[in-house]
Amino acid sequence: MNEVMAAAAAPITPGTYYNWGDVSIQSGNLVVIVVMLILFGLALVLPFPGGKSRK
Amino acid sequence: MTRPAEPEPPVTEPPEPETGVHTWTGKSRRWFLKHLPPDKLLPEDQPSYVASWAYVFGMGAVAGLVFIIVSGVVLSFNGPQWYHVSSLGHFTNSAHLWSVELFFMFMVVHLWMKFWMAAWRGGRVLTWITGMVAFLVSIVTAFTGYLLQTNFDSQWIAFEAKDALNAVGVGAWFNVANVGQIFMWHIMLLPLAVGAVVALHVLLVRAHGVVPPLDAADTDAQLQASTPTSPDPEAKLS
Repeated sequence: MNEVMAAAAAPITPGTYYNWGDVSIQSGNLVVIVVMLILFGLALVLPFPGGKSRK
Repeated sequence: MTRPAEPEPPVTEPPEPETGVHTWTGKSRRWFLKHLPPDKLLPEDQPSYVASWAYVFGMGAVAGLVFIIVSGVVLSFNGPQWYHVSSLGHFTNSAHLWSVELFFMFMVVHLWMKFWMAAWRGGRVLTWITGMVAFLVSIVTAFTGYLLQTNFDSQWIAFEAKDALNAVGVGAWFNVANVGQIFMWHIMLLPLAVGAVVALHVLLVRAHGVVPPLDAADTDAQLQASTPTSPDPEAKLS
């Protein structure tokens, strides 16, 4: 039971927020959006393995 | 006593032998064979333009969903007292969370890709709509997951959300402060909904084929059949 209480009492921090004027975003959310944009860009430019040998 | 012979009908094409025309099983079989023939459901090859990273994110999202369901089943077997305390429980709980993260990231990139290639072309409107519905239902499912962390974070989310849900009039029967009700929604109703919509979405992709890039529209049989100048207006239905 003590373990459960200890787990429940684990500190939850709001994280780091970035503010640009009216725009405010948490660092974790910003990282996810940037990763998605990078994936989008890479998918358009990287060659697909074995793609040229297909009919 | 024999009856007089009836005049024979004009000879046309011999009727094709069909079985099960009058049963719901036979009708269903004929419908499925017409709209979802085995070579469409399980094709052995795809058009050359599919050999691109731009076309992998939909299947990436499906792979993420498989990991979500498998880890979720393991979590449901053992319960919160296990996954909040034991090391293996923590790992499985984290695998569940990160599968969701990857599921959403792949799904959003998939959405961007399909938006910019106007993937609703060639009679694929229902494919696009089911994809959007899958996205929305997945958001609700993920939201109920964040309510089940059983910590102060989930309490904060629930009490912020209840005002919004009450404002739109659904708070009485979708009570985010009732963890038991939300637990049932999260592990049964919403996964069934996500699974059903995603399955329908994939079936529609199989039935209509993947959409070609904008500059390869000439290679798409459905786009060609749906153009106004098509000599055979019925072809788009095939």
